[in-house]
Amino acid sequence: MKYCIIITLLFSFVMNSQNCNHSLEGYVLDFHNGEPIAGATLQIKNSQLQTISDSNGKFIINNLCESSLELIVSHISCDQKTVEIDIKKTIQTTIYLEHHIEELEIVAIKGNNSNNGAISAQKEKIDKKIIDNFSSESLGTILKLAKGVSSINTGNKIVKPVINGLHSSRIIIMNNNVRMEDQEWGIEHAPNIDVNAIDNITVIKGSNALAYAGDAIGGIVVLKPLRYLNKDTLYGKTIAGFQSNGWGYNLNSMLSKSFKNGWFTNGNVGYKQNGDLNSPDYNLTNTGAKSFSGNGIVGYQKFEYGFEANLSYIDNTMGILSASHIGNVGDLVNAIDNEEPLVIDDFSYAINSPKQEVTHLLGKINFYKRFNTLGKLSVQYDYQNNHRYEFDKRIGDDRDKPVVDLELITQNIKSDLMIDKFDNSTIYIGVTGKYQENIANPETGVRRLIPDYEKTDISLYGIWNTSFNDKLKTDFGVRYDYNFIDAKKYYKTSRWEERGYSEDFSDFIVDDLGTQLLTNPTFTYHNMSLSAGLIYSINKNNDLIFNYGLSSRPPNPSELFSDGLHHSAARIELGDLRLTKEISNRVGLSYQLEASKINLSIDAFINQINDFVYLKPTGTQTTVRGAFPVWEYFKTNAFLAGIDTNIDYQFTELWSFNSKFSYVYGENTEEDIPLIDIPALRLNNTLNYKLKKWNHLNLRLAHEWVGRQNRYPDYNFETYIPTIGEYVEVDISSPPDAFQLVHLYGDMTFILNQKSNLNLMIGITNLFNTNYREYLNRLRYYADDTGRNITIQIKFNY
Amino acid sequence: MKNYLKLVSITLFTLLFVACSSDDDAAPEPVNEEEVITTMIVTLNGPDQVVLTYQDLDGDGPDAETLTVSGALSANTTYEGSIRLLNESEEEVEEITEEIEEEDDEHQFFYTIGTGLDVTTEYADEDENGNPVGLSFTLTTGAASSGSLTFTLRHEPTKPNDGLENAGGSTDIEKSFDLVVQ
Repeated sequence: MKYCIIITLLFSFVMNSQNCNHSLEGYVLDFHNGEPIAGATLQIKNSQLQTISDSNGKFIINNLCESSLELIVSHISCDQKTVEIDIKKTIQTTIYLEHHIEELEIVAIKGNNSNNGAISAQKEKIDKKIIDNFSSESLGTILKLAKGVSSINTGNKIVKPVINGLHSSRIIIMNNNVRMEDQEWGIEHAPNIDVNAIDNITVIKGSNALAYAGDAIGGIVVLKPLRYLNKDTLYGKTIAGFQSNGWGYNLNSMLSKSFKNGWFTNGNVGYKQNGDLNSPDYNLTNTGAKSFSGNGIVGYQKFEYGFEANLSYIDNTMGILSASHIGNVGDLVNAIDNEEPLVIDDFSYAINSPKQEVTHLLGKINFYKRFNTLGKLSVQYDYQNNHRYEFDKRIGDDRDKPVVDLELITQNIKSDLMIDKFDNSTIYIGVTGKYQENIANPETGVRRLIPDYEKTDISLYGIWNTSFNDKLKTDFGVRYDYNFIDAKKYYKTSRWEERGYSEDFSDFIVDDLGTQLLTNPTFTYHNMSLSAGLIYSINKNNDLIFNYGLSSRPPNPSELFSDGLHHSAARIELGDLRLTKEISNRVGLSYQLEASKINLSIDAFINQINDFVYLKPTGTQTTVRGAFPVWEYFKTNAFLAGIDTNIDYQFTELWSFNSKFSYVYGENTEEDIPLIDIPALRLNNTLNYKLKKWNHLNLRLAHEWVGRQNRYPDYNFETYIPTIGEYVEVDISSPPDAFQLVHLYGDMTFILNQKSNLNLMIGITNLFNTNYREYLNRLRYYADDTGRNITIQIKFNY
Repeated sequence: MKNYLKLVSITLFTLLFVACSSDDDAAPEPVNEEEVITTMIVTLNGPDQVVLTYQDLDGDGPDAETLTVSGALSANTTYEGSIRLLNESEEEVEEITEEIEEEDDEHQFFYTIGTGLDVTTEYADEDENGNPVGLSFTLTTGAASSGSLTFTLRHEPTKPNDGLENAGGSTDIEKSFDLVVQ
């Protein structure tokens, strides 16, 4: 796609009395740097009069009559553009042409890059066609298709991405250029995203995309909506799917309209539901889920200016496996010892407690304008409201009351400037201001898991990309983040004393209610982040990429303030006001080979994180319900290293093969023990068969092998179980065995007419109905993972 | 266009400012913890009354619990037992027993007799389906002995069941008392 746009016309008026003796003269200049463009053709519409700009970009057209005329300006690397000129006098004009976009686009395609400056970051893109095949799935499940990405799950539907061994607050999700603020700190808090509204996903490993965030120690997931062309088009898509496991179904419909004059609009609605899923041997009771989502975009785009307004809403209700609701550590021991979950009921669509209901509303509006000989300025405001309810099994009047009722409201304003006036360099600078408020409803009758707080963030960044020559490109970025958090929290007096806060934080106390203290903890953080990278093209096919990132992440509210019994996890979680920010130094090295038959990419990294925050069991505490393990947030120094590889090999026109491999090594270097929750070694091999003449037949046979995580910390503890009168060891640490799964997919596309086609897909996951449990599934103590699932999906493009 | 942009920026900054300045310093309401069981009183009525009391006023806070047994049980005697549950963390003491009685089909007490203690127990109440609840029971002592007696309250157990082994559900109470029969 090429743009050639005339930006400014500077008129100067000269008197002339004769009607057909006017002339038009001026310059054709490069929009970006003001340099002359030679060889541009300028033609008067419906006339033989034309000329070509000279080496100074200058042109002149004589013998024009007094009239309104249309001037057509074209250049070899541009679409032709027309500008209307009212000829009453001799006119001088300067015409700015958008000149080197074509060149930029080529770079963008080769480097999969359109991500605000992070050219040397390790990244991987997932495109629409693949997303469509998983239209009923969660974002986390789709992200696992990228090498180096795994997931941490609560059951099958609550799926959080893990990038190079890091998750939750260490991963930032950018949804249409809005940073998702959805209480991502908990393992059981999945991102609230409808994948059907996304056109493509880029996974950026590490913190190098400083335009987005400075605290993304793990990485950034960039979700982009459809791009619109300035053409008169009407395009729609409807996907209907059925899943045998859980008798699930999903329906999604999208309609997109764009106009030649620059306006565009897009609407998307979807609904999906499933009942209880099943493992190979039994029903997973209360694992039903339903989700409604809607998304609307309206905008106007010209090369030089435009705007976009976007409103999206999602409402998710997710049941949590009944058998995982346990009372105390004795119940946990029972669950671990039992092969089968303790609650197995018949299939149902009903979603009972424990369950989650989350709504997320996102509204944004942004404007951009390009300035000649400078670049592009954009301003964006966004608003997010995330409302999270968690329901537990309760009794009496409280039966239908949530135990967690949190409303998180975030407003964000940002402005970014891209300066592309220089030939070999692009500079990005930006500023962001954010205000966030969390409101915890006291009506739950349960002490607040996360307290009321207000948070203010201000950030500034600058990134410089440059290419020295055809072989060497570099980028350098710096970012500063200011965070201020102002919380209001009730502590039990006994807990406040036990934590030793009375000595260090007595000035936080606002009010003493006897058994409770009202406190006002405030924290200020100043964070500096750096990124630097080099891309060296050894030759046409081989690239070597090096990058370094320094980033820091302040502790999140859950790490600071958690205090009390986490019912669904059957443990007491204690935050620590003394935690400080994590500081990560990450070095990445990549090699990419692109040849006719083979594509190979290898990403390696090391990541040293100081003051890494993690949860660790420290003993048990007795309550009326019996003993509970106490998990406390600690900080340590962590070292992570890993390698991810991807190989694509095209045997013949019909047959191709893909192999992905990921391994992460994680060590708690203060204690010389492995880090907890590091994903196991993973190997995925896929054999593809494509036969175009059979209605674009695609067949894929995939094999997934996940090793046993042999490097894990032993956090097992002993507890006394009064009902059996013995001390027993609670084995919460041992990872499950290695497993392998086979999946089979096939799809065909039927061309109905010039504008519409129909795609039919059938997929079978876990073809052999294998029993398995994943190390990074919080429900692995209670039940097997899901068994065979047959998906049938019809996609209609029109 | 420039003016337009300027106007929009000003509007947005105003919005942000208004949002920031809407901050009121009102303290959030304290949460009144409901359905917390701070106290369990087991009364055993026979020729003499023996009372077993568990109390932990800060709930899941770090303070230690207290467990008391008012005296020894007599050998070869039948006691009528009843269980009372309270939430004493609030100024107004809440009777949790009533809530259990209202939903007795979803609750059941279990009595686990530790090694050495020579007693037997029997349920003395039932829910609407004729299954035991266990708020009332009888305890019959044998010969002089000593050992622990554990009271377990399960929420949403499988009913009927053969005991704790296959009852399932989640544990709301699990407390042991050291008893002496003499």
